[in-house]
Amino acid sequence: MTARTMDERTLRGRVAVIGIGETQYYCHGASPDPEFKLALKAILAACEDAGLDPREIDGFSSYSDDRSEASRLAAALGTHRLRSATMQWGGGGGGCCAAVANAAAAIVAGLADCVVVFRSLAQGQYGRFGQAGGIHTVSGERSYLMPYGVLAPPQRFAMRVQRYMHEHGVRQEALRAIALASYHHAQANPRAVMHGKPLDVEKYDASRWIVEPFHLYDCCMENDGAAALVLVSAERATEFRRKPAYLLGAAFGSGHRAAATAHNAPLYATASFGTVAPDLYRMAGVGPSDVGVVQAYENFTGGVVMALAEHGFFKPEEANDFLTFENLIAPSGTLPLNTCGGNLAECYMHGFELVLEAVRQVRGMSTSQARRSDVALVIGGPMVSPASNLILGSEATL
Amino acid sequence: MSNPSTRYLPAGLPIPVAEPDGLSAPYWEGLRQGKLLVQRCGRCNTWQFGPEWLCHRCHAFDPAWIEVEPRGRIFSWERAWHPSHAALRGHGPYIAVLVELPHAGGVRMVGNLLGDPEQTVAIGADVEGVFEHHPEQDPPYSLLQWRRP
Repeated sequence: MTARTMDERTLRGRVAVIGIGETQYYCHGASPDPEFKLALKAILAACEDAGLDPREIDGFSSYSDDRSEASRLAAALGTHRLRSATMQWGGGGGGCCAAVANAAAAIVAGLADCVVVFRSLAQGQYGRFGQAGGIHTVSGERSYLMPYGVLAPPQRFAMRVQRYMHEHGVRQEALRAIALASYHHAQANPRAVMHGKPLDVEKYDASRWIVEPFHLYDCCMENDGAAALVLVSAERATEFRRKPAYLLGAAFGSGHRAAATAHNAPLYATASFGTVAPDLYRMAGVGPSDVGVVQAYENFTGGVVMALAEHGFFKPEEANDFLTFENLIAPSGTLPLNTCGGNLAECYMHGFELVLEAVRQVRGMSTSQARRSDVALVIGGPMVSPASNLILGSEATL
Repeated sequence: MSNPSTRYLPAGLPIPVAEPDGLSAPYWEGLRQGKLLVQRCGRCNTWQFGPEWLCHRCHAFDPAWIEVEPRGRIFSWERAWHPSHAALRGHGPYIAVLVELPHAGGVRMVGNLLGDPEQTVAIGADVEGVFEHHPEQDPPYSLLQWRRP
């Protein structure tokens, strides 16, 4: 933090991830444990990883209306006290990095010292995101969509991607390369639900359409599980057993009227990072060329194309040239992407598995370690509002 | 009130109703009468859809509801194959379009593109509105669909 003073309004270098943990990842409906128990298991695993007494946790942060409520967690874990309980509004998986930002902000502001950020989600117990049922009437945003069969996320996002592909000449092969990279990395990752189930060009091309332009393999999975990390102030980061991963920056939000009802955002064909990516790079003090490895939330591959372009890795018109399988794989691709397998092939832990993977990259402990991994970017749920992102770095990057 | 229309999608999908606060009630009531109503600010003439209590441009409350001709052009589209609702199982593909209305400030609305579900769809193509009435449903409602002229 050389030229930076402590009264500067930033998260850069102020907090670090000291522990990560997750449950076994399951296909939806396959978890033997209830969702709340999954949350507890992930949190305890993250504390074990850090070498931290779970009773020291004094804050919880999550997103997307996580059902594992902070006060219940604090009581179940017998924490000494609760000082911070933060829920990120809206945005679905787009909150996966914002939840870390909110936790970091609580620590930097002196509201809490040791905050767990987590997501617990058992779609087999509470309903699959990909199915809409049991609804007789709808109003608001959904009333303009669901009666026309625009029911679940695949149909809600396909038109946005279709428009983007039309505006910029993006081909299906660019989407395919993203799916292939995720599946490739999952084959090295024993945690991955799709470990042992490789994907190739022929299998992708032959797969059924969910909704054009999304084949089956362009769509995230639906899973049961939980994932968590522990965040403390930078001053304490080296007291624990793991190499700290420092937060270099985080941002969230969306552009002008991004959430205008029923597909009326002025800038329609966007992943919502037009304002959020510059905010992140400004806080982190780095640019796209400094980023060695990226975890980019795949609700759908098309959203990843848009998100990567908006983070400055290529111009939209260059997507077909940049997004090749070779460029996207660790260790030595131009930009290793989703090195754990991501939402497509490790687990749809609502993007939080991507945050954990960025920590592993900074630690040098990924199953698909990137050649350059000192600066690791995570991009949360593209095409939603608010979206979010963050950058982690090793001590050397401070 | 109109007679029941031919359905584009099977019965059983969620039925649109206005919010408890009535924000979109004029829109849905308009569709039932075969009229397309869109908000337009009485002070600064800004078009707005979906509705809101406030004009997003000049902050005048309660924008007026103006009848507009139901025609436009395809801004984007999708062909859905996977049934994300029990009512769609076995139905086969269907097309949803996002239609832009240049004569109403470029507001957009989602509907289905009538005709062959496997037809080629072109962004920029002109379409005209077709009201799909369901007076027999509880609650009764109408949709706005689109077709190539």
